[in-house]
Amino acid sequence: MNPAAPDVAREPTATEAAPAIPAVDAAPEPQSIPWRHRHVLDVDVLTADDLDLVMRTTDAMREVLERPIAKVPALRGRNVTILFYEASTRTRVSFEVAAKNLSADVVNIAASTSSVTKGESLVDTIRTVEALGAQMLVMRHSVSGAPYLAAEVFGGSVLNGGDGWHAHPTQALLDLYTMRQELPGGSVEGRKVVILGDVLHSRVARSNIWSLTAAGADVWLCGPSTLLRGFEAWAARGAAASRRFHVTSSIDDALRDADVVMALRIQRERMASGLLPSLREYAARFGLTRQRLAAAKPDALVMHPGPMNEGVEIAPDVAVSAQSRITDQVTNGVAVRMALLYLLAGVAEGRGTVDGR
Amino acid sequence: MTPDEIRRATIRMSHEIVEKQAGTAGLVLIGIQRRGVPLARRIAAGILEHEGVEVPVGALDITFYRDDLSLIAQQPVVKGTELPFDLNGRTVVLVDDVLYTGRTIRAAMDALVDFGRPQAIRLAVLVDRGHRELPIRADHVGKNVPTSREEQVQVQLEETDGTDGVVISRVPEPAVTAEPVG
Repeated sequence: MNPAAPDVAREPTATEAAPAIPAVDAAPEPQSIPWRHRHVLDVDVLTADDLDLVMRTTDAMREVLERPIAKVPALRGRNVTILFYEASTRTRVSFEVAAKNLSADVVNIAASTSSVTKGESLVDTIRTVEALGAQMLVMRHSVSGAPYLAAEVFGGSVLNGGDGWHAHPTQALLDLYTMRQELPGGSVEGRKVVILGDVLHSRVARSNIWSLTAAGADVWLCGPSTLLRGFEAWAARGAAASRRFHVTSSIDDALRDADVVMALRIQRERMASGLLPSLREYAARFGLTRQRLAAAKPDALVMHPGPMNEGVEIAPDVAVSAQSRITDQVTNGVAVRMALLYLLAGVAEGRGTVDGR
Repeated sequence: MTPDEIRRATIRMSHEIVEKQAGTAGLVLIGIQRRGVPLARRIAAGILEHEGVEVPVGALDITFYRDDLSLIAQQPVVKGTELPFDLNGRTVVLVDDVLYTGRTIRAAMDALVDFGRPQAIRLAVLVDRGHRELPIRADHVGKNVPTSREEQVQVQLEETDGTDGVVISRVPEPAVTAEPVG
């Protein structure tokens, strides 16, 4: 089993055409699919087989989370350094809990309290944390592509915890896992998945496009046209590379018979840039309300990457309804991050030994 | 070993396990993924036949407890742990196909004590091929098979491989494979 080699995990040109989705006709022995990525920078280089391996490993981690002692020694003695240049609670804590559940040693660095405020460059910071013993680096940065630069310098594995508008791979993988877990049949293939809201500024949406199209979902992006700019062109290119998805500003078209509706956070600062007239108008036209959700399938899943602005992009009663999977997303996030740390630990030995380098 | 030899050895071990425990009270069987699991089921079926008692069977994946994760090139695929019973105060019989270095069993015991405090842990293996690297021995052995380190012992079971048998093959060097047995 040798899927079309996604050997470009370190290439900083993540927005290029995706590798073709490999045929999934062969049903190989589970052991025979190797994990070949040294870093997780985005999901665009993950094949359907890679996604399957992550999902299966996540299943095992879910089981670990249900044990009386939810901790295994798999990463004992490994240093996982968490370096966040942007505010975050859920992602940072989720990574920390995941690493601790695998018995790794966790070092937390918030850039706001580090030498970064004294003018240290990103590259110098990364060399420093490596010299301090970091073997795996979880990183969030406000500049798109920053983790790719980090991966060029760092000797171990880099996990992208979100970079600018570009990518949030662990969120996309936990979203995929949650959908597969909750949808009847355990697959997103052919399912209508709507991503609703500020797609333009959303790294969650961008990463989700890659993973959901690779897994065969029918992806619909929906929002005000100002917040979808450029995505029609991407959709046209994606169709050519058999990564088909739809872009629409009609919420009725998007929600009709949807299987999954994922609302994205509307950031208040978008108002200032003139992309949205007001939060009230957004809520009135695109907010996910009970009435609008009625157009979707009766048991459609409601998801949100958090943090939520209840009453803006999602109505409070929808967020806590029986259809909501928002808290499952958080729990699954820990399991997915455990799975990725575990898989990366197998290839983290030595510099430049995998991904053809 | 032929299919008949495997069958007889399994039945004998099921008798031995009950005899040593002086009954089936408190007894649970836990197979180590992968081939220990069907073996544990076979032993449980043997106990059911002779004692009329259904002994609980669990599955244990020891991947996360291995001490060689940093030595092997790829992380092994995790196959899943299923222990749908309380271990506290029970007599746990670990079941595996091949006993070799003893490291798998060491990992399995580490895993077990995270789930509870068994009253006793015993070990049943279909094949003991020697070459222990840890002070571990089996309580119940299907067959002792003297081997050299250059040989590979492969147990095949109907449930996982479509056929019953034990194959001994010569490998160039005892390379650390992704799925070492024992």
